[in-house]
Amino acid sequence: MKETKKQYWKGLEELTKNPEFEKNAEKEFPEYLPINGESEGTGASRRDFLKLMGFGVAAASLAACETPVRKAIPYLNKPADVDPGIPNYYATTYVNGNDYCSVVVKTREGRPIKVAGNKLSSVSGGGTSSQVEASVLSLYDKERLKGPELDGKSVSWADLDKEVAKQLASAGKIALISNSVFSPSTLAAIDQLKSKYAGIEHIQYDQVSFSGILSANEKSFGSRVVPSYDFSKADTIVSFDADFLGNWLNHTLHSKQFAQTRRLSDKKKTMSRLYSFESNLSLTGSNADYRSGIKPSEQATYVANLYNLIAAKAGASKVSAPKLADTAVLTKAANDLWASKEKSLVVSGSNDENVQVIINAINNLLGCYSSTIDLAASVNTRKGNDTQMVNFIKSLNAGNYGGVLFFNCNPVYDHALGSKLAEGLKKAKFTLSTSDRKDETTSLVKALAPDSHYLESWNDFEAVAGKFSFSQPTISPLFDTRQAGESFLAWAGNSTSYYDFLKNKWSAGQSGDAQGFWDKTLQDGVIENTIEASAATFSADLNAAAKGLSTTGSDIELVVYENYSVGNGTQANNPWLQEMPDPITKAVWDNYLTISPAMANELGLELGDMKTQLVTLTVGNQTVKLPALVQPGQAKGTVGVAIGFGRTKAGKVANGVGVNAYPLISYKSGAQNLNVTSGVKVEMSGEEYRIAQTQTHQTYMGRENVIQESILSKYQKDASAGRSQPMISTYSGKEKPGAISLWSGHEYPNHHWGMTIDLNSCTGCGACTVSCQAENNVPVVGKEEVLNRREMTWLRIDRYYSFDEEIVDSKGGALAKNAAMEVAAAENPEVTFQPMMCQQCNNAPCETVCPVAATNHSTEGLNQMAYNRCIGTRYCANNCPYKVRRFNWFKYHDNDQFAENTSMNNDLGKMVLNPDVTVRSRGVMEKCSFCVQRIQAGKLGAKMEGRRPVDGEITSACAASCPSEAIVFGDMKDPNSRISQMLKLEEGENGPEVKEPRAYHVLEELSVKPNVWYFTKIRNKENEKQG
Amino acid sequence: MHAEAVVRKPLVTGGKTVHDVTDDICKRVEEKPAKSWLLAMAISLGLLTFGAYAVFRLVWDGIGSWGLNKTVGWAWDITNFVWWVGIGHAGTLISAILLLFRQRWRMSINRAAEAMTIFAVICALQFPLLHMGRPWIGALWALPLPNTYGSLWVNFNSPLLWDVFAISTYFSVSLVFWYIGLIPDFATIRDRATGLRQKIYGTLSFGWDGAAKTWSRYETVALVLAGLATPLVLSVHTIVSFDFATSVIPGWHTTIFPPYFVAGAIFSGFAMVLTLLLVTRKVYKLEDYITMEHMELMNIIIMVTGSIVGVAYITELFIAWYSGVEGEQYAFLNRVSGPYAWAYWSMMTCNVISPQLFWFKKIRTNIAATFVISIIVNIGMWFERFVIIVTSLHRDFLPSSWAMFYPTWVDMGVYIFTFGLFFTLFFLFAKFFPVINMAEVKSIVKATGEKTDK
Repeated sequence: MKETKKQYWKGLEELTKNPEFEKNAEKEFPEYLPINGESEGTGASRRDFLKLMGFGVAAASLAACETPVRKAIPYLNKPADVDPGIPNYYATTYVNGNDYCSVVVKTREGRPIKVAGNKLSSVSGGGTSSQVEASVLSLYDKERLKGPELDGKSVSWADLDKEVAKQLASAGKIALISNSVFSPSTLAAIDQLKSKYAGIEHIQYDQVSFSGILSANEKSFGSRVVPSYDFSKADTIVSFDADFLGNWLNHTLHSKQFAQTRRLSDKKKTMSRLYSFESNLSLTGSNADYRSGIKPSEQATYVANLYNLIAAKAGASKVSAPKLADTAVLTKAANDLWASKEKSLVVSGSNDENVQVIINAINNLLGCYSSTIDLAASVNTRKGNDTQMVNFIKSLNAGNYGGVLFFNCNPVYDHALGSKLAEGLKKAKFTLSTSDRKDETTSLVKALAPDSHYLESWNDFEAVAGKFSFSQPTISPLFDTRQAGESFLAWAGNSTSYYDFLKNKWSAGQSGDAQGFWDKTLQDGVIENTIEASAATFSADLNAAAKGLSTTGSDIELVVYENYSVGNGTQANNPWLQEMPDPITKAVWDNYLTISPAMANELGLELGDMKTQLVTLTVGNQTVKLPALVQPGQAKGTVGVAIGFGRTKAGKVANGVGVNAYPLISYKSGAQNLNVTSGVKVEMSGEEYRIAQTQTHQTYMGRENVIQESILSKYQKDASAGRSQPMISTYSGKEKPGAISLWSGHEYPNHHWGMTIDLNSCTGCGACTVSCQAENNVPVVGKEEVLNRREMTWLRIDRYYSFDEEIVDSKGGALAKNAAMEVAAAENPEVTFQPMMCQQCNNAPCETVCPVAATNHSTEGLNQMAYNRCIGTRYCANNCPYKVRRFNWFKYHDNDQFAENTSMNNDLGKMVLNPDVTVRSRGVMEKCSFCVQRIQAGKLGAKMEGRRPVDGEITSACAASCPSEAIVFGDMKDPNSRISQMLKLEEGENGPEVKEPRAYHVLEELSVKPNVWYFTKIRNKENEKQG
Repeated sequence: MHAEAVVRKPLVTGGKTVHDVTDDICKRVEEKPAKSWLLAMAISLGLLTFGAYAVFRLVWDGIGSWGLNKTVGWAWDITNFVWWVGIGHAGTLISAILLLFRQRWRMSINRAAEAMTIFAVICALQFPLLHMGRPWIGALWALPLPNTYGSLWVNFNSPLLWDVFAISTYFSVSLVFWYIGLIPDFATIRDRATGLRQKIYGTLSFGWDGAAKTWSRYETVALVLAGLATPLVLSVHTIVSFDFATSVIPGWHTTIFPPYFVAGAIFSGFAMVLTLLLVTRKVYKLEDYITMEHMELMNIIIMVTGSIVGVAYITELFIAWYSGVEGEQYAFLNRVSGPYAWAYWSMMTCNVISPQLFWFKKIRTNIAATFVISIIVNIGMWFERFVIIVTSLHRDFLPSSWAMFYPTWVDMGVYIFTFGLFFTLFFLFAKFFPVINMAEVKSIVKATGEKTDK
């Protein structure tokens, strides 16, 4: 280089000839690139060249393969409030027939994916039910109607409206059939329609009618209402076949109220006592302290006798009542009721107004109308009038109706006289339905004006007088559907949109900031006013009611009931519900005849592992063939069958599942009667059948390391009553199992997530299981795979039967003892529910055995699964003492074999998937993650705001859905968190120690140190053994 | 080379000369396949083809085509795996331990026994591979290979990983040991053969020249490998038993498992050796090499190991009662009296009672009885593993999850697949490889046999 040449330099380093810089100056990439391997500086060798070329060829040929087309289209113009990856929440209202819940809906990229309870609502109490949780999948049901139709042909809404207006004008007498309608604006729209076409008559019916209570209250208090019941104020509750925890009236709220009375703490060592008199074993009966199995025909006698017992104490006159053979429990109930006067409650599920009048009289004597029952806050969800509906069907058949409009109802299927109605429809000139699918009724009508799903609609609801809840769309309608309210307005000649109609109605009375009020209303989702209760005076003729009681029974009586998964069958095409195990029978994908063990013996029913036989059930002149399921606790001489099954036109998932029990329902003096007390015959058909159950062993084999329970009186003396505390013998004496360990333990520097489950609050309803399924993309596997014992649920509720009698037979020894414990067939067992999910063990047995470390421990105490690393040896599942791990036996997504798994097997269904949770591939293990995606989201949110997460901000899907708040999730590192308080965590020698005496670990002696604590089950019953 | 004392009873009967040995063994390799061999081969290939279809269904559809469920995550797969591995043990025991103990009678059976070991281990290996949900990646990820996931490594705490090491070591040592032993015999065949056959056996014999130096090396290597293989006889099944012993499941979590498994393995291995040799001996007319004395000695080993296994079963029951642990007690009561009691009692009858018949000399020197009992023992040992795996899993801690296991045709098909594989390999071996170690047997042929006296 000549000195005269100019020097150019890139930076000071070059100018000053920094040796460090010079070394790398010539390289294109100054930093170390691993491409050259160890031959750094020497250039690529021949081997490297071959390697690179080999890779290049392989990469080029792979890239040449066709990549699958992904149907993700980026936003051209991003909506203001939709950010990819950030969920939006909308308060809305779930309404399906007479089922109601105020909810908050989570949407991701404009798709609703999860429903949770609205904590602001005092009507649904912030919890949900399985039906509510599953409803989001119903939105994405492929079987929904895609648009309006006329005589089977697709038409435009304008053409339909023209035709409907023409027909309505000429049809003459028209019936508008619906379930209870409790939306004020919809009713207003219906009123407009009625005023335009004078011939329209609005008839409401309910699948399970409350007309008995309505009429009884009319007779007793002069108002035809269903009152609000407040179980939280009741110390003694007596229920006659009213399954208030399962499906009776506002069960979500009732569960919350009831749980409040069952929760125990140092400050509150008392709890309510629940007596249940029922035929089928229901959720309420399962949670009762005293349960008596009675025949439906005996209910009236029991109620009348209870009245007489109370009347004797109150000094009121008795009524004539047949004698009861055994009144021990009833007398005890009467004593307790009277002792907790004004803090007691008697309810009955009977639809016989005479029974309900006497129930009212009992409650009146007990002073309940000023405390536990509120007549002013009337419940509007059950307004159905049985007589009207039956008369309508008769007169339709007589040709008296020219038109029938079905507003979101399906009476051909879900009314006892459905087949008659179907015939009658042929005589009507014009028929129309707003149902969302071509169901049993809709397939028979001429005009289809499909209503939008509740998640696509605007509306308001008044489930309880004065308490309003609002609906707003969380997605624009998927199909060419139109809200029924808007249709009514259109047919009434009102061209306002339903949204404007609704908004105007609500803004009308507002002085001041109308838009602000409206925004606030939509944000909260509820407006709650309290209507002052006026004093109720009981004025019914008791003796007349007592005379009207029907007490004649027969050898076999049938009780038709609504189960807790499929319910009344409107959402039957929802696979999450079909595969949700019934909390009591643990059966899925079927309905069946529940029979008592005694009857099974009489019939000679042969049972195997999930094997049973078909029986022929004859009711009057109707015969159905269905499988028998032996149900401990089924009252002697009774059989039960669930409605909601046997759909023929609900869709591929529901069609042909079970048998339809609606036609078995009878009508007694105009009122629907779910009990058939005569003419019931059960015969063996000799055909074998398999019912898929998720649990086939019914008792906990006396294992105190699984279920720990006691009774209230013992708990009051010693809070650790019922606890079994295993001790391990060591050289230095007995030690707690946790004190000795091979492992050095984990450090939890930041968070340590934990969960408590109060067995006393858990009613076993199963809302959490569906919530978990929705949150975590858990596949549905279908009946056949459940029969193969391969359901995929991460969270299950174990249901155990037990009874008090000492079964240790000293003569037979251990073999006989085990044999005895395997029989669950006690006539009337006690029931314990235990939600069971991954226990997130701190010394996890699954973690040590995985050969590839696919399951490992997080720094926050989570036992986490790296699906991508899993090779599927199933060793972890074998070594899991809780058996909560689930293996992907098949490919459950995009696989025709699992078409019923609609959330993963069609484009529409896939919209429900939670994008934060991987859809697992075939051959990997999965399990509860403690909703790690929610934990991460919560932590990120807090971090963005520069703070620590607040307790309650991060919670698992199961805890969020629990109507009775039995599940509490939180950070055990935070001393002020609810979970730390509940467990009374204190710093001990070997880390934090739990000081709450009721808290226990399942299988404590294994010392796997779970992060899930169970609180002992305490029953409020007397200590009969005095021991 | 060894020399045999003149006063000893001859280990090879019939007054065979050294040349007779070469003729008798090489003849089988050289002659055209017998009809009986062709038939046997056809049956084996049939089983293999059917089995391969089952394997195809398994890999194509998923593990769900087996009868496993949420509670029972292993059943026939691991039962078959342990069963096949166990069978392999006899070969190693015969060739390694008996070599070290200078038991010369092993010389005429060790070749076939070792072949059986290798084929059994190959069959066993199918199951850890096929039982995986994702074998296509599992086969790689279970090995401690460098990977692109940074520090992600295999989990050395997992007994399954120990299995990977144990079985792969066992397989490679056994294979090398067996092959080294074959080299002089391949050379013998090579020297008698012409044409292509000579080329092939020439390659297989690695240029064996029969020099004294070569023989010396040969013997040294055999001794070293025997030393290496000896601990494997004990370690492999010990480690296999750790799969169960280190878990928490009642019925698995048992410290008695290592000795119990090793005894069981030798027990089943000898039974399988007997089954195979009784047939080979008959078909190939090798009665002079594989004599009644061999049968008797092996039957005694079966009787002893069977008794050890029996004691282990009873100890398990005793400990379950003595421990006072509820889950453990139930697990064993359930074995004895639960829904799988039939499997438990089949196991007890086959493994504990049937070998006791060998106390009678008449029975243990009766070929038909030996053959029948050897098969019964292997049925029993299959049930032992089934009982341990399935009855422990199907009812463990939480009664809510208790379930039954029902095998499907694919379960059976994959088991049949390994039978097809085993017999195909064994028949190929019997036809193309010298089934008796000629070089070694020649050392125990009496120098003054009946024939040479004449």
